[in-house]
Amino acid sequence: MSINWYKFASPASFYPLAGRLIPWFAMGAAVLGIVGAWIGLVIAPTDFQQGEAYRIIFIHVPAAWMSMFLYLVMAFWGALALGFNTRLSAMMAQAIAPTGALMTFIALCTGSLWGRPTWGTYWAWDARMTSELILLFLYLGVIALRNAIDDPRRADRACAVLSLVGAVNVPIIYFSVKWWNTLHQGSSVSLTAAPRMAAIMLTGMLIMSIAAWLYAIAVVLMRVRAIIVERERGSAWIAQLPELAR
Amino acid sequence: MDYLAMGGYGFYVWGSYGVAALALLIEVLSVRTRRRRAVAEARMDEQEGVTLPNVSEVLR
Repeated sequence: MSINWYKFASPASFYPLAGRLIPWFAMGAAVLGIVGAWIGLVIAPTDFQQGEAYRIIFIHVPAAWMSMFLYLVMAFWGALALGFNTRLSAMMAQAIAPTGALMTFIALCTGSLWGRPTWGTYWAWDARMTSELILLFLYLGVIALRNAIDDPRRADRACAVLSLVGAVNVPIIYFSVKWWNTLHQGSSVSLTAAPRMAAIMLTGMLIMSIAAWLYAIAVVLMRVRAIIVERERGSAWIAQLPELAR
Repeated sequence: MDYLAMGGYGFYVWGSYGVAALALLIEVLSVRTRRRRAVAEARMDEQEGVTLPNVSEVLR
């Protein structure tokens, strides 16, 4: 049995599929989030240098990774929307922006709270922090741009262009600690070298990262379902949805 | 209480976990509200007869 995946490019087909997927991702996020928080707050030992303050890493790093990944995914859907003129691609991009903005906000807040006890300051205009702040402005700009344009299809194209232009910021954030002298520490986790942190801490971070991914997917799918109903109003298939019947 | 104090860093650690939990909770609630409102408005469309007819039925 081969599935015709292209049929899910239609909002009407994707809507019920997304509805069936959401509970799985939500449950996975909840379970892994609890396990990760347990590791981060209880099991992982006290850090030699930072004491208990380092435990913020289990929130800060997954949120920061998500803020960057989600932006790239949003730009990817925007590129598809521009290239193939598909409505659902644009709706996916539209659904991602608020979650991406939230992850960026969490990364900035927790980073600030972590910086105060360890660096002595809530904020510094170093390369990584500044470029992450710009990422937040980009997310908010994409959301604001959509609200500013009446025609949804024009808004789709404008937001896609803005997302793609802003995507250059993501590698800047990532490589900032390598390219510039920054207050922010260099990367402890690499794809090629052995990690320079205790195994249990790394495990906790990875579990929280997976939890963040599952959460983001669940929330984005929830939001895209709301967007589909908003934008496909008036269609016959919407009128026949079971949730509409009182 | 020692545990809650987090070695003196309690405000920062619990503040961070708290901000994250609060933000995620607000997001989930706001998405739920958005969907509920979208469904309610679609339902009003249906009741007002604004819904486009099924093309295949019209052509029959």
